[in-house]
Amino acid sequence: MIRAENIYKSFGEQEVLKGISAVFEEGKTNLLIGRSGAGKTVMLKILVGLLDPTKGSVWYGDIDFCSLNKKERKAIRQDIGMLFQGSALFDSMTVEENVRFPLDMFTKLTKAEKAKKVDKCLERVDLTGNNDKYPGEVSGGMQKRVGIARSIVLDPKYLFCDEPNSGLDPKTSMVIDELIHNITVDNNITTIINTHDMNSVMEIGDHINLLHLGELAWVGTKDDVLESEDEILQDFIFASPFLQRLRKGALQNVG
Amino acid sequence: MITGLLHGFGRYLKLMGSMFSRPERFSMYWKETLRQMNDIGVGSVVIIGLIALFIGAVTAVQFAYQLQGGFIPAYYIGYIVRDSTIIELAPTISCLVLAGKVGSNIAAEIGGMRQKEQIDALEIMGVNTAAYLILPKIIAALFVVPLLVIIGAGVSIVGGFLASISTGMVSAPDYILGLHSFFEPYFVFMMMVKSVVFAFILTSVSCYKGFYVEGGSIELGRASTQAVVYSNILILLADYIIALILT
Repeated sequence: MIRAENIYKSFGEQEVLKGISAVFEEGKTNLLIGRSGAGKTVMLKILVGLLDPTKGSVWYGDIDFCSLNKKERKAIRQDIGMLFQGSALFDSMTVEENVRFPLDMFTKLTKAEKAKKVDKCLERVDLTGNNDKYPGEVSGGMQKRVGIARSIVLDPKYLFCDEPNSGLDPKTSMVIDELIHNITVDNNITTIINTHDMNSVMEIGDHINLLHLGELAWVGTKDDVLESEDEILQDFIFASPFLQRLRKGALQNVG
Repeated sequence: MITGLLHGFGRYLKLMGSMFSRPERFSMYWKETLRQMNDIGVGSVVIIGLIALFIGAVTAVQFAYQLQGGFIPAYYIGYIVRDSTIIELAPTISCLVLAGKVGSNIAAEIGGMRQKEQIDALEIMGVNTAAYLILPKIIAALFVVPLLVIIGAGVSIVGGFLASISTGMVSAPDYILGLHSFFEPYFVFMMMVKSVVFAFILTSVSCYKGFYVEGGSIELGRASTQAVVYSNILILLADYIIALILT
């Protein structure tokens, strides 16, 4: 479990996060949603330690992550996997080398053990047989899956995903969402996804945190989204007239 | 402006300091160092050789023209080409060229990694990014650049020889006699000191400019250009300081 306590973050005069407290539960896909500029990415970067909060703390279990020095953070970092918006794969390495990189860097496994582990991860993301391809030779969706394989190769306890569906078609997005959700449940890890994809919210939103203008505006589950009357939430999720009609219809059916 | 310069210099020193830590896995650093040696060294042999060849040739022709009809013996051409190459032309010109070729490449590579979040990915994994991305490049350059400079010096002297005998300005025996005359091994030491210092400047400045790049492709291009310009200025400044200290 990860707990954020009263997080504030300012860049110069601009206050981006204004006292956010949230709990991200184990074995669930925890979503950080909100409009562009709401502070999702800054919040995610604070949670993983890429940025330090101006005020507040982040707890990994009973460890205050923000109070740790660089060396102490290293130990926790090996329990963290992260999928980046642009996948962040190393261009000069093949798919296999990308996935193997954390194993090469942090484990003393033999070559055969590493190869077995890499193959297992690639199989998990349905990329068997693509070991020797370079990131530039595979599609955006496949790059995301390679990114997922790399982020789970060290069996992390925490998985962070920054806009995992950005730039993907709806069908591929669903595949990625399902994959992340299954990994979360199967491995019982704490997953935090930063997204503004409505499908993700409705499909895998076990625990949803809506950020609005740097504040936590709403908390709930995917089942609560449809029935909630929260204006900010409805304005964000059902932004278009088409989606508003869809929601009306769905509510009538439920009624 | 002075505040900006001090801020930049402080950040540069901090980055260089954070580079020195125990490697997470020595073999990974070694592998990266070898890759950099190949990129910096093997990838630059042709351009360094070509430039050195012409610089040697031009030096020989220019001096031969200056000394024509005077009282200075012709074999002095070989001596002048040798010493000017070893003391100044080989280390300085080679490193200025390398700052353009290798420096811009390094700044673009690291800057591109920053923009594509690859540095963040390494950071989150727990890798010391400054150490993993910069140290292998600097170590590789410290070994490979002096070798390139030695090659450059050799080729430059050959260039001078070819130009001298092909134009008939100096005979081959005279040129070779000049090469053997008044040789000071200390000048070779100076050349090596210069090449090591310049290698450090051109890689560390380029890494620094790439590491802290912010924004998009325009900023990346600017960082790459600045890496070359700053490296060149600092190389020339260091050249002057070394000349003052060692001569």
